[in-house]
Amino acid sequence: MAQLLQIHEPGQTPAPHETDSPVAVGIDLGTTNSVVAVAEDGAINVVRDENDKALVPSVVAYAADGSAIVGELARRLLLDRPEMVVSSIKRLMGRGLEDVKSLAGTLPYDVEPASDSGSGMVRLAVAGYTRTPVEVSAEILKALKERVEDHLGSSVDRAVVTVPAYFDDAARSATKDAARLAGLEVLRLVNEPTAAALAYGLDEGAEGIYAVYDLGGGTFDISLLRMEKGVFQVLATGGDAALGGDDFDNAIAEFFLADRRARFGDEHLNSSDAKVALMSARLAKECLTKQKTGEWSIEANDKTSLHVLNRTRLEKLIAPYVDRTIKLCRDALADAGVTTEDINGVVLVGGSTRVPLVRRRVSELFGREPLADINPDEVVAVGAALQAKALTVGSDMLLLDVTPLSLGLETMGGIVDKIVPRNTPIPVARAQEFTTYHDGQTAISIHVLQGEREMVDQCRSLAHFELHGIPPMVAGAARIRVTFAVDADGLLTVSAREHSTGKEQHVEVKPSYGLSEDEMARMLYDSMQHAGDDMTRRLLAETRVEAKRVINAVEAAMAADGDLLDDQERAAIGKAVGIVESTIAGNDRGAVSAAVEGLEHATKEFAERRMDRGIRRALRGHDVREFDEPTATTGEAGGE
Amino acid sequence: MHDIGTKPDDRLSASVDVAIGSVSPCWSCRGPVVNGDVFCGTCDAVQPPGQLDHFRRLGLKPGFNVDVAILNRLYFDCQRRLHPDRFASRTPRERALSQQQSTSVNEAYETLRDPLKRADYLVHLQGSGVLTEGCNLVADQELLTESLELRELLAEAETIAEVAALEKRAANDIKSCIDDLSRAFADVRLEQACRLTTRLKYLKKLEDECRVRRACLSDRVS
Repeated sequence: MAQLLQIHEPGQTPAPHETDSPVAVGIDLGTTNSVVAVAEDGAINVVRDENDKALVPSVVAYAADGSAIVGELARRLLLDRPEMVVSSIKRLMGRGLEDVKSLAGTLPYDVEPASDSGSGMVRLAVAGYTRTPVEVSAEILKALKERVEDHLGSSVDRAVVTVPAYFDDAARSATKDAARLAGLEVLRLVNEPTAAALAYGLDEGAEGIYAVYDLGGGTFDISLLRMEKGVFQVLATGGDAALGGDDFDNAIAEFFLADRRARFGDEHLNSSDAKVALMSARLAKECLTKQKTGEWSIEANDKTSLHVLNRTRLEKLIAPYVDRTIKLCRDALADAGVTTEDINGVVLVGGSTRVPLVRRRVSELFGREPLADINPDEVVAVGAALQAKALTVGSDMLLLDVTPLSLGLETMGGIVDKIVPRNTPIPVARAQEFTTYHDGQTAISIHVLQGEREMVDQCRSLAHFELHGIPPMVAGAARIRVTFAVDADGLLTVSAREHSTGKEQHVEVKPSYGLSEDEMARMLYDSMQHAGDDMTRRLLAETRVEAKRVINAVEAAMAADGDLLDDQERAAIGKAVGIVESTIAGNDRGAVSAAVEGLEHATKEFAERRMDRGIRRALRGHDVREFDEPTATTGEAGGE
Repeated sequence: MHDIGTKPDDRLSASVDVAIGSVSPCWSCRGPVVNGDVFCGTCDAVQPPGQLDHFRRLGLKPGFNVDVAILNRLYFDCQRRLHPDRFASRTPRERALSQQQSTSVNEAYETLRDPLKRADYLVHLQGSGVLTEGCNLVADQELLTESLELRELLAEAETIAEVAALEKRAANDIKSCIDDLSRAFADVRLEQACRLTTRLKYLKKLEDECRVRRACLSDRVS
């Protein structure tokens, strides 16, 4: 029940609960642009700037003192001071150097050589500083946080952040780390197509099976969802976390540079030149969605070249990428076990779906015009804000998502043994048993992988860890149970237990592309003057929630079994509850914990009497409730 | 609040695996909770998932015949009450328990929605201790021969039409195999159900391979 009004006696106003801030926002952290939206007065508002623009370019410029400028201003600096500016950082989230795509042999980033810290995450050199993709993304998130705080006039510290459905575990973790660095607690990571379906479905009251085709700047997702009375069930998802409008730009820029070479011969291009060429290519792509032909210039090495491009030629350049998205759509349909005839509608999301060739190919595949009555740039942020509202205020709708990629372990011969197949509903937990290979072996090494291919080197390495403390036995006698658990954010945790000792073994996971805890701690320390304060406030908030839970439990027990207490006992418990309530109103976490402990002590005997009565009743067969036969079903056999 | 505040419903609480009517203390209010209940009857706190078979977890009677529409509805009902999204502002303990509950519900749903997994699960559920040979390795010469023949046909198929014809045949065989399974389980002929489950496994695999092969061939054409 929503609390509309709270009345306090003068002087009894509880201390402001800074961390109990009622608002949580929705953030679409995009490759090219980002958007923030918030639920206010029963509506979802996309936050706009003074020029009525909702899109914040996901571009960060670093000044000489290391401070960051985000958004339109940074984007304008891209042409004049490319060495200070980073764009499309999302493509590097949770990635290694080998994943960075070059343009004519030149990277549009200055990449630092791999550091000795052991983590494989890319590091960029920008304006004389070293920055990880996590830090750059955090700057964008901070800018969005400020934007929404200005709009609301209050602080915001919780958010739902969207990620491509096809993001792997490393990229998801990196996104969560970036939010933490920006001072935002991530309530939930939501897949972008799912968020879009949520916004679309709730708005239009859509029912049935829908396809969401989401082609952004750097990522492609296709999700098939069943929408039914507020439940959004993802049936299958597919995609490519490195396929998007940036690839179109890249293909166009390659075309321009080849044209240029034909005139000027080979020339040396640095990373700034590459950024400039990509910028021209992007302009050309955007213009050609409306007009048929045009001319663009590239300036490098003090020479300006002009390049003509028409739409037919453009479509030829980008066709391989569009073809790939269509193939991925077919695969997802097969995975979901549905055909295009089963689809009730196709929703287009992402700026790259404005490209005419994309629209044409999608219509051909699904045999229907895609739904375009929603803003493809804003719908994801709206969905995220709806989910943020559902998680804080409550809602009747529910998202049921799946794992986009299979998770497995390396076995003998470099083969991947799949433990959790793709498109499994989350949260999920699956276990697998392993044994030792040598007599007396006391440790085993476990390599966690994500991907659909058979061999280790074709999948993405997520983590290596070692399990120690296995008692020495003959080979094959030890039984080690490794459990993969994927939570509702799509994040993986791995735990291992050795059966003969029954002890949960310490597992140290070293993420292959993430940040180590040390690095994270240093970054938090560097970036947030108030990191300590934030932590204290969060702990206090958690302790208060726990204390309220205990009070509710005691009150429910008193209401049900109050007859087991005499007046004196009832008064003692009431007093202990009062103490907890008064400490909750204060700011002393230790006092709250102590009061809760006091209350638990005061109700110990009461709890024992309640259990005694419960057991006696059960033994007499007078259970609290009747036991009906479970619902019987008489449907047809099998089949879907 | 929403669904989480409602009283637990009987459908979810009935359990045969744990002694009916036996009680354990609720972790939150420490009062008695009937084993198998999802929520405490007194303080509404979510309980650990415990040991329940997949059918009962979703509120179904164990059996091979499952109406997928009913299964979906029961699954959505469970997740509406137990999904971690419903517990986002609760204590860490409640969040962890809801994740465990939601995970168990997903496992049950995943198993029961697919006829093959359902048959396999049911054979193990009803057959443990009954089938002396175990349920996995049925050395059935007839089955092996059938499977090898079909594989050979697939290997020799060179056109999309040929593969599609095989795929259709596999799909029809799957349908009749599922009908046979339904009868075998209804008559409690577990050996037969076991054998049919193995056959269904082979047929499904063949169907998958046909699909992959057809995709390869159509890629080559385009």
